[in-house]
Amino acid sequence: MTPRRRQRLILIGLVLAGVAGAVTLAVRAFQESLTYFFSPSQVAAGEAPGRTFRLGGFVLDNSVAREPGSLTVRFVVSDFAHEIPVRYTGVLPDLFKEGKGVVVRGQLGAGGEFVAEEVIAKHDENYTPPEVAGALAKTRPKVAE
Amino acid sequence: MIPEIGQFSLILALCLALIQASVPLAGAARGRVDWMSLARPAAAGQFVFIAIAFGALEYAFLNDDFSVLFVAQHSNSALPVFYKFTAAWGGHEGSMLFWITVLAIWTLAVAAGSRSQPDEFASRVLGVLGIVSAGIIAFALFTSNPFARLAAAPADGNDLNPLLQDPGMIIHPPMLYVGYVGMSVPFAFAVAAMLTGRLDKNWAKWTRPWTMAAWVFLTCGITLGSWWSYYELGWGGWWFWDPVENSSFMPWLVATALLHSLAVTERRGIFKSWTVLLAIAAFALSLLGTFLTRSGLLVSVHAFTSDPTRGLFILGLLLVFTGGPLLLYAFRARSLEAEGGFKLISREAFLLGNNILLVVAAGAVLFGTLYPLVNDLVRELLRLRPYPISVGTPYFDLMFLMATLPLAVLLGVGMHSIWKSTSGSALIQRLIWPAGIAAALGVTVPLLAYGHAGVLTTAATVIGLWVCTAALLDPFGRWVLRRGAPLTRAQLGMCLAHCGVGVFILGATFVSAYNVENDVVARPGDRLQIGGYEILFRGIKPVETPSFTAEEGEFELRRNGQSVNVLASQQRVYRVQQTPTTEAAIDSRLGRDVFIALSKSVGDNAWSVRIQVKPLIRFLWVGSLLMALGGILAMSDRRYRLATRRSTVPSPDAVRAAETS
Repeated sequence: MTPRRRQRLILIGLVLAGVAGAVTLAVRAFQESLTYFFSPSQVAAGEAPGRTFRLGGFVLDNSVAREPGSLTVRFVVSDFAHEIPVRYTGVLPDLFKEGKGVVVRGQLGAGGEFVAEEVIAKHDENYTPPEVAGALAKTRPKVAE
Repeated sequence: MIPEIGQFSLILALCLALIQASVPLAGAARGRVDWMSLARPAAAGQFVFIAIAFGALEYAFLNDDFSVLFVAQHSNSALPVFYKFTAAWGGHEGSMLFWITVLAIWTLAVAAGSRSQPDEFASRVLGVLGIVSAGIIAFALFTSNPFARLAAAPADGNDLNPLLQDPGMIIHPPMLYVGYVGMSVPFAFAVAAMLTGRLDKNWAKWTRPWTMAAWVFLTCGITLGSWWSYYELGWGGWWFWDPVENSSFMPWLVATALLHSLAVTERRGIFKSWTVLLAIAAFALSLLGTFLTRSGLLVSVHAFTSDPTRGLFILGLLLVFTGGPLLLYAFRARSLEAEGGFKLISREAFLLGNNILLVVAAGAVLFGTLYPLVNDLVRELLRLRPYPISVGTPYFDLMFLMATLPLAVLLGVGMHSIWKSTSGSALIQRLIWPAGIAAALGVTVPLLAYGHAGVLTTAATVIGLWVCTAALLDPFGRWVLRRGAPLTRAQLGMCLAHCGVGVFILGATFVSAYNVENDVVARPGDRLQIGGYEILFRGIKPVETPSFTAEEGEFELRRNGQSVNVLASQQRVYRVQQTPTTEAAIDSRLGRDVFIALSKSVGDNAWSVRIQVKPLIRFLWVGSLLMALGGILAMSDRRYRLATRRSTVPSPDAVRAAETS
């Protein structure tokens, strides 16, 4: 093996090792970044995982309650069939409203309360997040329209 | 009446586009000069009719003609005139017409700017642009007609989305569209060159300024979009890896790769396949981006599968515009011979690395963006239970950093390497100072300023500074040390744009690592502390305008007992759609922004308030603008200005390429 070939071989080896490392990291990051979406009915049926997931439905009327003097707010996400209580601490998005669609990201806490890290309700008022529309279509087809 | 004129003009424009798409191409194939000469008049005529159509839509908007469905959906009689005008591209149908209008302008510019090129080539370029135009006009006419009428006109319109009622929204979409659509020009040049069989240095030289122009617009458009989401969405974030953002970013990444690949093709006559494929990919991603953002595909896959015409049309267009050129490429691949070789340490090798890393980054973003969509679509088509997923920011962050940090390291070296072969020791000798300065400052400055710095923060700061010092080495040597050859505008543009990359990296690093944010509950009179500042919440007052009502919070920003600024943030409710929005208040300095967003009332005379101190966030916009400025400077280089003058003598390259094909 000439020194030149040897050099090339080492270079190719290094590049391959780098690519393999990058791909491994990428696949792991991808798997960890994938968040699944569940409807209140699915959560009630015990389908939701122990890790972070997204829960979507609409905010039940008269369910929003604040802890006085703090940013902690409690509300109920419903799909007309089941209801899941949610707790969130932080500034709510502009479009968050009772009776409107919402998606929350977080984990199920003790006592069946969903602890949200993020509340997503964005873009225009009529926009029902697609997952929410799909989930509601099953429990009450009319609402999805 | 006027909308019908608009629609009729659009139909006439389609007819002219079809002529432009067929006759000049046939003429070029058969060597008929009279057929080829039809290209320019057809392009001009098309432009006239498209301008009439666009004018008709604007007329309908400005005169509140709510019998036109699109106007009724996106405007309102109380909307300021300013926004009535811009509402024309505030929805899917109108933005398709806007796309067509922009394409007509680009086509006209190409028709005027290509007079120095051989007729055979220019008519093919215009022919390909005609095909693109015909496809999109047909799409608009058959699936998304902006002039569709309502049987009964409503008394008033549904108003423009309040988020779009913002000055930033007036220039951001047009900029982005000019960039998107501009990608059709290098695409047309690549296809025309493949048809001619002359993929030579001249082709690269003609393509480069056009690609650069489109890239500059795309850069400005994306920057404006990021800036807009920063101050308008009320979150204080500047990039969300949202599908809409991603679909403008992917063409940018590929276009950046294309610019660099074109440089190699122009100078050395190699990387031809890369260049062609990148030109096709940049255009395909632009099309994909247009459709993703405005066709409603992201909002609901369901709507698309239940009414498949629009979706199938889009799929068909994408298939024709990528499949066709790829097929052509397959036939022509053998003629794309490299005109030279290069060594492992050479400018070519570094540019190849740049291309690969940029394409990897674009591919990773594409995968993360489309995966949830494809998942939904497949499950819907197979009639499986929907199981929606989303891909979070950690994936995008990691993938992007993995591709771009090595890219930035290579960038500094690549800039100083020379064509064909560079001596490694000479490179080291040249770059030891810039690298040393960057390393010393990058390690110490964050520590001194903030007292702590993570590994990634330090690495990214060093890399950002490294890109800056490496980029400024030549201008520094020339103007401060008075050594070395004078710099051409192209070289200066390159230095400026790369320096912009470094500035951007510094901004992104600091704002990610040292951002201070706090969401608090505040009552009038409260003093809030954040990042060395004191914010005095002075009080709330109501504000009324024709479009919205608002609560305005007044905040006094203080530092060391001194008043710095008085800021007002509003919590607005737009009257027609009853949509609440947040109008953030930002005290902007070069070194940092203080961001205050008044949010909802939490009752009991208290409001939730978002306060943030964002160091170096200005660097993001400044860096991006430097990149765009660098592009403009490079575009105005002498050799492109000379290239636009008519040359009758074919270059040796062209002759050789003609003989081999």
